[in-house]
Amino acid sequence: MRTFFRLAVIATGVAVGAIGAHAQQKEWKEIRIGTEGAYPPFNNLNARKELEGFEIDYMNALCDKMKVKCTWVVQDWDGIIPALLAGKYDVIVAGMNATDERKKRVDFTTVYTRTPIAVIAAKSVASADFSPAALKGKAIGTQGSTIHANYLEKYYKDSTIRLYPTQEEANLDLENGRLDYVVADKMSLDDFLNNKGKDCCKEVGLIERDPAIHGPGTAMAVRKEDTALRDMISKAIEESLKDGSFEKVRVKWFKFAIM
Amino acid sequence: MTWCEAPGYWLGHEVLQNYGCRIASGLLVTIELVALSTTLGCAIALCIALIRLKGPAWARGAMAAYTTFFRGTPLLCQLFLIYYGLGSFRPFWQSVDLWWFFREPFYCALLAFTINTAAYQAEIFRGAIASLPRGQIEAAKALGLSRFQLLRLVVMPQALIVALRPLGNELITTIKVSAIASLVTLFDLMGATKLAFARSFDLSIYLYAAAIYLALVEIIRRVLALIEAHLTRHSATDNPHARAL
Repeated sequence: MRTFFRLAVIATGVAVGAIGAHAQQKEWKEIRIGTEGAYPPFNNLNARKELEGFEIDYMNALCDKMKVKCTWVVQDWDGIIPALLAGKYDVIVAGMNATDERKKRVDFTTVYTRTPIAVIAAKSVASADFSPAALKGKAIGTQGSTIHANYLEKYYKDSTIRLYPTQEEANLDLENGRLDYVVADKMSLDDFLNNKGKDCCKEVGLIERDPAIHGPGTAMAVRKEDTALRDMISKAIEESLKDGSFEKVRVKWFKFAIM
Repeated sequence: MTWCEAPGYWLGHEVLQNYGCRIASGLLVTIELVALSTTLGCAIALCIALIRLKGPAWARGAMAAYTTFFRGTPLLCQLFLIYYGLGSFRPFWQSVDLWWFFREPFYCALLAFTINTAAYQAEIFRGAIASLPRGQIEAAKALGLSRFQLLRLVVMPQALIVALRPLGNELITTIKVSAIASLVTLFDLMGATKLAFARSFDLSIYLYAAAIYLALVEIIRRVLALIEAHLTRHSATDNPHARAL
């Protein structure tokens, strides 16, 4: 028993030491990247279970630029920040807007996209008015734990807000007719309107960004202590915006500017 | 400050205070969902159990298939099939005037939980009724009791004593699995907790949700103990099963 106890103490010591050494390590040779894999065209798991999308290609290009080995981890959106904090991966690249609320828990890199926010509805909806007064009593859906959910909660108090685990489920419920409106990033919704939602739905309009809720744009999130990693990625993003490598990936996925 | 913010205030827990009212209304949704689904499920289960014991062969087979299917597949799968699967036939539901039902996440969840718990409860009732000695039923028939009297005066009072504990377990299980209702946008206790966590990133909110579920289960356990004492009040021994048989 005593031997076992000693072994346990030694093992714990080694483990703590290893973690301590890891925390001090400044040189990043390998980065694990967390993404959602359910937000096309930014990041999506295709039918062959492979990740694809603008963010996947862009981050892989950044990894080449930084000369680091990158591995991808797929994580549900609801737990994407807790899993970063728990050390399951080192950086989140998942269309995350750098809001003040999130900055309390994580650090953000330089912003790399700034996407418009769109409202979509069934084709039969004639009015282009989507003000809170016009949408009184209507069912509006979006993904939970997003800036869009916060925005709807704040301004559309008289509407029924439905929050889904993924954006795809919200889109599906609009198609099914359970929802009257869906709110999300325009790019993500365009992808839906151009494919599955071609026959059912259309864009009603764009929501103006509210800086207090929506933040300055999409950035990558790291743990607060990993300042070296944050600065390394920020530098790579800035370079990519200047040297055309960002544009090279962008034109593959989007017809118009996203920054 | 309203009453639902009070617990968070007393505990000095800011997140619990801010989301106290949402969690309270979530608790109400959970209670409604579980109370309605287990009650409706109980009525359906009794019918299924009686058909399985006394019905014609084809009906017995159909009921066996029902319980096998709903006990053998995940509740989450059933919920999604009802919510997204049946929900995609809107023109049909509108033509039969049932869209109001399938449109609402609450009714979809209620339907899924009811048919699921009915399958489990049916097996409990069937087992409890089958455990009664044949002689009792023969004696009741010899006394000239009608079928309904036989059921009401002889079979059910004894079967309920056997069934009570497993039924209580089923109720407790339903409370806990009802948390998946939050996946179809219902703000039940779990849904409200997830929302509070997503806004605050404060994990301890899940601990409070766990404490509420625990309290709910403990209340049910105590109520069940009281019902059991009532059902076995004629019994001298403290082992209800030995007395019933």
